[in-house]
Amino acid sequence: MSKRKVKETHMPVGECISQVQMILRERFCHQRLPEKPVGMESQHKHLLELLRRTAVHGESNSVLIVGPRGSGKTMLLNCVLRELLEVKDVNKNVLPVHLNGLLQTDDRIALKEITRQLNLENVVGDKVFGSFAENLAFLLEALKKGDRSSSRPVLFILDEFDLFAHHKNQTLLYNLLDVSQSAQAPVAVIGLTCRLDVLELLEKRVKSRFSHRQIHLLSSLSFIQYLDNVRSQLSLPQDFPDTNFYDEWNDDQSVVDVLQRHYNSSKDFRSLHLLLMLALSRVSASKPAIKPTDLLEASRVCMVDSKANILHGLSILELCLIIAMKHLNDIYEGEPFNFQMVHNEFKKFLQRKSHSIHNFDKPVVIKAFEHLQQLELIKSMDSSTAKIQKEYQLMKLLLDHSQIMEALQKYPQCPTDVKQWAIVPVLET
Amino acid sequence: MVRYFTRLRMRRIYKWGGRPYIFDRKLKSYGFEYLNMSVEGQEAVTTVTPGQYILIEGNDDEYPFVAKLLKFFGDESHKQKKALVQWFLRLSEVPQNKKLLLGRSPHPQEIFYYLGRACDNEINAESILGTVDVQHVPEDTPFPEPGTKDTLYVKLSWDTKAFNVLDPVLMQDTPASTPPKPALPLFPPCASPTATPVSRGPVRRALPTPDPTVMRRAGSVSDTRATMSAGKRSTLEAESIHSASKLSASKILSAKRRGSAADTPGVRKKLQLSIGASPGKKMTRADVLCELLDEEMESEKVISLKLSSSVSHSLQHGCSLSPMRSGCKTPNGQRRFPWKLSSISLDRLSPTALGEQDLSRATTPSRRKESAMAIRKPALGVLAEEDSEDSPMQPIALTPRSKRKSAQLVSLRIRKQLNLLDNTQELISDGDDDCFVPSKKDLQSSSDEEKTDSEEETRGRNCKTSVRTPCKTPSKKKDLQSSTDEGKTESEEETVVRKTRGRNCKTSVRTPHKKPSKKVTPSTPRHATPSIPSRTVPARQPGNILEEARARLHVSSVPESLPCREQEFQDIYNFVESKVMDGTGGCMYISGVPGTGKTATIHEVIRCLQHASDMDEIPTFRFIEINGMKMTDPHQAYVQILQKLTDQKVTADHAAALLEKRFSNPAPKKETTVLLVDELDLLWTRKQNVMYNLFDWPTRRHARLVVLTIANTMDLPERIMINRVASRLGLTRMSFQPYSFKQLQQIITSRLNKVKAFEEDALQLVSRKVAALSGDARRCLDICRRATEICEHSTSHPSSAGLVRMNHVMEALDEMFSSSYITAIRCASLQEQLFLRAVIAEFRRLGLEEATFQQVFVQHRALSRVEGLQPISVSEGLAVCQRLGACRLLLLEASRLDMLQRVRLNVSQDDVLYALKAVRD
Repeated sequence: MSKRKVKETHMPVGECISQVQMILRERFCHQRLPEKPVGMESQHKHLLELLRRTAVHGESNSVLIVGPRGSGKTMLLNCVLRELLEVKDVNKNVLPVHLNGLLQTDDRIALKEITRQLNLENVVGDKVFGSFAENLAFLLEALKKGDRSSSRPVLFILDEFDLFAHHKNQTLLYNLLDVSQSAQAPVAVIGLTCRLDVLELLEKRVKSRFSHRQIHLLSSLSFIQYLDNVRSQLSLPQDFPDTNFYDEWNDDQSVVDVLQRHYNSSKDFRSLHLLLMLALSRVSASKPAIKPTDLLEASRVCMVDSKANILHGLSILELCLIIAMKHLNDIYEGEPFNFQMVHNEFKKFLQRKSHSIHNFDKPVVIKAFEHLQQLELIKSMDSSTAKIQKEYQLMKLLLDHSQIMEALQKYPQCPTDVKQWAIVPVLET
Repeated sequence: MVRYFTRLRMRRIYKWGGRPYIFDRKLKSYGFEYLNMSVEGQEAVTTVTPGQYILIEGNDDEYPFVAKLLKFFGDESHKQKKALVQWFLRLSEVPQNKKLLLGRSPHPQEIFYYLGRACDNEINAESILGTVDVQHVPEDTPFPEPGTKDTLYVKLSWDTKAFNVLDPVLMQDTPASTPPKPALPLFPPCASPTATPVSRGPVRRALPTPDPTVMRRAGSVSDTRATMSAGKRSTLEAESIHSASKLSASKILSAKRRGSAADTPGVRKKLQLSIGASPGKKMTRADVLCELLDEEMESEKVISLKLSSSVSHSLQHGCSLSPMRSGCKTPNGQRRFPWKLSSISLDRLSPTALGEQDLSRATTPSRRKESAMAIRKPALGVLAEEDSEDSPMQPIALTPRSKRKSAQLVSLRIRKQLNLLDNTQELISDGDDDCFVPSKKDLQSSSDEEKTDSEEETRGRNCKTSVRTPCKTPSKKKDLQSSTDEGKTESEEETVVRKTRGRNCKTSVRTPHKKPSKKVTPSTPRHATPSIPSRTVPARQPGNILEEARARLHVSSVPESLPCREQEFQDIYNFVESKVMDGTGGCMYISGVPGTGKTATIHEVIRCLQHASDMDEIPTFRFIEINGMKMTDPHQAYVQILQKLTDQKVTADHAAALLEKRFSNPAPKKETTVLLVDELDLLWTRKQNVMYNLFDWPTRRHARLVVLTIANTMDLPERIMINRVASRLGLTRMSFQPYSFKQLQQIITSRLNKVKAFEEDALQLVSRKVAALSGDARRCLDICRRATEICEHSTSHPSSAGLVRMNHVMEALDEMFSSSYITAIRCASLQEQLFLRAVIAEFRRLGLEEATFQQVFVQHRALSRVEGLQPISVSEGLAVCQRLGACRLLLLEASRLDMLQRVRLNVSQDDVLYALKAVRD
């Protein structure tokens, strides 16, 4: 379906393939920023204007970029920053400080990081960092010293903004936002978060200092746009060295179906990139183009149920136990069970229906049960495991009926009576 | 030389030297001639006499305050020992912003003559640490080599506005180590302009041509007096009359005085002490003599005349002499003559004084009843004399007058003797300390006298105290020589005397015993002044109206005025102003939701007050601001306060101790401190000691601290404070109401200040909307700012953008207020939307607002079948669920529960349905 045939007159096929893979991987792994963010022009403009004003006019601002995961928040910001730094006036003027809520897990670390990124430690002399309190006072003083027109604007970029709100007293946020609301060194506080309710996390005095600008990144792409996107993602750039082939995008129905399904599941580009990455990895010298089957296969890999694989690896005994649990779930309507109940159910099956399965000793069954627990297919309901004997610990099954049935179908050489049992439970006489 | 330690292991003992020699009836105070200081457990005694330069315990242990001692006095009960001083400033005490006025780098030992009026020149005598050497350096001569390390130099004076060249006249009265000028003794007591003609007559005879400088000085005396409070001034005048008239009494002395004119404080002490023994006049005699001598000194010491009463004059005289006192210089013969003196004066006094004696006894319940009486006698006698000059019918009045001539003679002779003595003593004292301790022998002998006195008079307590001092006086030099650390410190401590006002003793003992060597030696990083690098390209100024409006609307821009908070402003202003004027302390609690202008109002108040104090309408004060949010730990509050007060950087505990000391001790020269504590609730600790201290300090008598506290909740004191804290906070509370829409509108209009950028209706819409929601002015300004941006973007040409209209404001409001949930749901993928519907369906089925993923997933499958979609796997379903959870459209349990995790909606079901329905349509 996709177009490209890497037949190159000047270059050997293998080299071309590696070139193609390099270009596409760069794209899919987010190593290169796109020329222009797609589908977020207004947000882009808003953010760029805002940061430009901070950089040029020294106006303090605060803004939150909110959007679901993979919606392109960081990409948008990076595009804006890139664009901003291209402006001559701004280039030397702004001091970006990048913080991430996952890295700077408390204010102390965050302050040190800020100091480091602002290159203020050399002012501190050889005693690099003092106590937390000193650091805070130090930084605040530094920011206070500045004023609107003379100091360089500082861009605080807080990734995973919501995590900063969990810091004690929200000291860092309060201070940054307070600086942004007072006549001190110009700062722009840019928060990135996927939480829509992030403002509710802020204490009211912190909230009051926030300017309540939020840039929402919610992609409203239609499927047609989505398809266009896939196409553009896969097409090689015009200036691709030595190759100039532009195949027709083959409107094969199966590909559209696959993509439609993906689109339905999630609109973000990360999952698409993942899919395409898988397809791309199948391209080789012997198979120089992405075929519909590649995409189908990739999609299958993406969509596969993780637990089905585990089920395929189980022994017959373990499978039997799981079927027993399934029946118990049916009988008791999802109430937890213990080993003894499962064992009884299993024994009933062995006595009445089983023709192919031997009797197992209880310790063997217990072992199998424990193995299931280790695989986290069943989960203990009790918090304190020590007090109760293993046999009587209450458990719950972490599998859906459909998953069990599907696994049984695919299980190689599954005895038919076991399959039968899975469908029809042993009835009490 | 002199070292100063304020943190002492031992408490210092202060004792009046000698007997009260004068009593001021108006102020009910007794004057004393000198003060003996000793350290408990040490035998050496340091004597401080007026005229010496002294060090006074202050906030900074390294650099105590410097002043010149003018006079000692105590109150009736003898509980308090007071002193009047003329202040000198170190550069570090000059306000930071004024230091530049000096225009050169200061000499490390440089001090400035203080001409301001803000500082109280009355100090607690028990805060005196010791004496110091001060030299006047003429303006154009360089500072001496730093060889004499402990000498301070005065070059300029400081009148709170500027540095001026110090009139050398002010300084001419040299400290004890330099002798009085030979010419001076000739100078008669006429320097006081209020002296009665009666006394002046003989003076003129003695000194035909008073030199012009003297006259000038006399003029300046009256000037300085004019600045004093009315009450004090009148006393002063009265006193000077006394002193003048008293001269006459001293003529009797002349015969006895011959040959032993050296009037040393030691002698005087004995004089005073012996009063009881030989009932009657001698005290007055001594006094008279002192007065006589003082009058001549007075002219040199214009400084001293700033003081409230002429009692000081006599003290100055004493002080100029006292340093020379040493064991060898006080022969026994000298001791004897005061006895005679006193007997004479008794004769003179008795007629009137006796009548008063009973009274004074009755009114002075203190331990020193007798001495109080003794003080009264001379005073009364003097008063009587004064009266007699107006009304000659008084019989006693005649005696002094008749003796006037001889008194003059005596004074002249005494002066001559003094000069001799001073000159010789100067040689000796040069190599030695400023502080001299009376020799053991001398003291003992005097104490012997005291004993006999006290036996006769049965003054139990007084006797005891006075006896104790001499007992522990080994010579001071010996102490100094002792080489051990301990010995050194102690001997140093002894020269330094700390205050031992009754309850202060304890606090002083409690203060941390840190050696000064350990004291904050700031390492570089502490004083590093960090700053954000400055920009290479200057910030662009606003180009058009909208940009201008935006700049004005930014919360950070300081408005010209704060509209809509006039009442609150007035209340706070009055509160702070009254406290600053009175020099008292107080607390105020201000509450209000965020964005109602609490901090801004206070800053405005402080700006106004600062302006007023610049205009000299109110005394100067210091403003300090701390913010609970801007510190990592409540105890950091101490550190920050101390740092802002003194620039010191110490640990929290130490800072607390220093502040405690600073606010509880009557430090002289203290200006009111206004402390703003923002976000008070964050200073909460379990024991609440930070809050307690903050509210307790203002209640101290000497704290002069005004604490303004800000928090959001109105009932904070009731909710989180324990009783003793809440009680100290008091009831001065104020609550900032959220702004009404009219006020918000006014705020915006005043900020815009005629920049025409908004339509009237648009403004009204914003204000109404914000007022209805929160009344937060910040929010209002932010919306307006956003509206200007929208307006700017809506037009193609930024310069052609017109007014901000309704639709722009509406858009901005929408952006800021509209919930994003609905949009988020609309933009979600199909499976996500399906999952939300499954959640709602499951909720309805269960009748609960909670379901496990497993249950929801069953619904989800059913729904996808209905929708004709390929059902998704469990893993996919979980992924969808997690995505919704990350956006907080759903609330999820920990994901390790896998299929059993419970799912709840974070949006109302109606919202979800509404959003989904809209999608369908």
